[in-house]
Amino acid sequence: MPWTKVFLTEDDLKQFAAVEGLRSLSYVAALREAQEQLLETDPRVFILGEGVDDPGGIFGSTLGLADKFGSARVLDIAIAENGMTGVAVGAALAGMCPIFVHMRMDFLPMCMDQIINHAAKWHYMTGGAQKVPLVVRSIIGRGWGSAAQHSQALHGLFLHIPGLKIAIPATPYDAKGLLIAAVEDGNPVMFIEHRWIYDSVGYVPPEKYRIPFGKGVIRQEGSDVTVVAMSQMVYEATKAARELTNEGISVEVIDPRTVKPLDEELIFQSVQKTGRLVIADVACKTGGVGAEIACRVVENVPEFLRAPVKRVNFPDTPTPCSPILEDAYYPNSNTIKETIKQLCRMKTDD
Amino acid sequence: MVLIRRFEEKIIEVYGLQDMKSPVHLCIGQEGIAAGVCAHLEREDYILTTHRSHGHCLAKGVDPKELYAEFYGRITGCCRGKGGSMHPAAPTLGIPGTTAIVGGGIPLAVGAALASQMRGDSRVSVAFFGDGASDQGAFHESLNFAALKHLPVLFVCENNYYATNSPLSARQPHPDIYLRAAGYGIPGVSVDGNDVLAVYQAAQEAVHRGRRGDGPTLLECKTYRWKGHVGPDCDWEKGCRPHEELTEWMDRCPIESWRKKLIAWGVADQEWYHQLLEEVDARLDLAIKFARDSAFPASTDLYQHVYYEKNT
Repeated sequence: MPWTKVFLTEDDLKQFAAVEGLRSLSYVAALREAQEQLLETDPRVFILGEGVDDPGGIFGSTLGLADKFGSARVLDIAIAENGMTGVAVGAALAGMCPIFVHMRMDFLPMCMDQIINHAAKWHYMTGGAQKVPLVVRSIIGRGWGSAAQHSQALHGLFLHIPGLKIAIPATPYDAKGLLIAAVEDGNPVMFIEHRWIYDSVGYVPPEKYRIPFGKGVIRQEGSDVTVVAMSQMVYEATKAARELTNEGISVEVIDPRTVKPLDEELIFQSVQKTGRLVIADVACKTGGVGAEIACRVVENVPEFLRAPVKRVNFPDTPTPCSPILEDAYYPNSNTIKETIKQLCRMKTDD
Repeated sequence: MVLIRRFEEKIIEVYGLQDMKSPVHLCIGQEGIAAGVCAHLEREDYILTTHRSHGHCLAKGVDPKELYAEFYGRITGCCRGKGGSMHPAAPTLGIPGTTAIVGGGIPLAVGAALASQMRGDSRVSVAFFGDGASDQGAFHESLNFAALKHLPVLFVCENNYYATNSPLSARQPHPDIYLRAAGYGIPGVSVDGNDVLAVYQAAQEAVHRGRRGDGPTLLECKTYRWKGHVGPDCDWEKGCRPHEELTEWMDRCPIESWRKKLIAWGVADQEWYHQLLEEVDARLDLAIKFARDSAFPASTDLYQHVYYEKNT
């Protein structure tokens, strides 16, 4: 299916596009198109964020939207993250569908009161009398010495909060479909993008379409090891899986696409088949999404596991600046390959 | 004002039975502000209030039955027993819900006003908050944005001089909160919050200003709460504040002074006041009975409403 494919190289994509005759788009263009279509079709939708109308257009993801829809609907705002999140929540309570954009996910700790105490709790606290249709877009940075305050991925923090949903798309197809679904969902959604995959390309239908939350996809089928990978790690895991085919190891790559709700059935089914589980995430290890996925497998289907669960994560340190330290910090396809091989050796040793 | 006062005095009467299991933050002594401001609001105008919200909700038209039932944790409560005293909601009356995080509701009111401006309707939003909330960054961030966009919002600061037990003088360098408005280029007005007529007149101009599209106003109402920060008792005996300060303010009861004025002007007489009290009490007694007779939610309701679902 064209929408499940991950394209690792441009040649990869060109071959596909020529054969299938399907439209391809970059991740960032898909995000932009989703917002453009939402603004066109729903007067309740508006975008706010620091720099949404600037010449760069949030790395291109809001480029030209202010010109097309005006500064009242694509709203540049003061750097007052918590107060402005409150403004977005208030507008949502009054029937609007705001999309709040943050150039870095690191700025979300500024908004925690409004996201956690207000947006996430409101529907419950009011006994269902009032919903909060709010989408918070944030971008994980990486590399070029971005260091500790411009490269964090904090979906693990939000996973802990009842009332929030979390989408973490890896492909252009999912970026568009999940963003449209998020805006129409009616709940507060943390929408987490990755700067390093903004230029990745893939099949994106031109129409307005939605991807249901809580439905993962199998990026590559395999029978020896399951790798649950998120965001940019989907690419690293797919690369690892392709390379390991040559070494006789068959890897199944699963992309959950949303981590809250989580498609645990898809993961359980895969682990039933492979008996081995690696979770590759773009965040620090302790208390993260990987820990939750591992725990759900152990709680629900421990009998499926033939080897210990392994996690591929960032180490439990803040992100460093120096390129040498960065190289040591970030896992990649090699890290995933080594982890997979280690797991398979364990089996051999049994 | 009488409804609000008696509504809360009845809570004090029943609270000792220990079956109203929700922390109550009483506004006794501050009733003139809710009454004076909400008199100008239409049903669809928004109010965002605080943990000390009973007065605002009643003044906006919420049925006492739904509030009491909520405080008793019953299914007939305005939040089906999920919110309690700190989180009343009545969306059809312009109360989308209530936050108990100090300062948290101020930007929500601004956001509701932004929605009104975007839609081009004539609704105004009112943010009720205490002096403690004016310590918060969200207060300043909200004033800044509302002033910048000329939003139809009225910021009503009920300055009762204490944030829980911390006096204003220990928290801010200047006792006049309304002066902050000048920094954002919007009108800042200070009134005696215990003079319901003064509040009414100041709020009238501010609400009209918002409705005309001329932007926000910061209205500081100086007042005093007679009870402790939370619960049915007073806190001066614990050393939270000087007794003389309390009695001075109690001598300036907003209800008593208004009653005396009405009688002095010949608008009303003592008999009318007694009749009003009787009517209010009878209504509230029925409301408490309704609440206590109502069913509790099923324990399985625990898992309901975590998320909005389109088909429900």
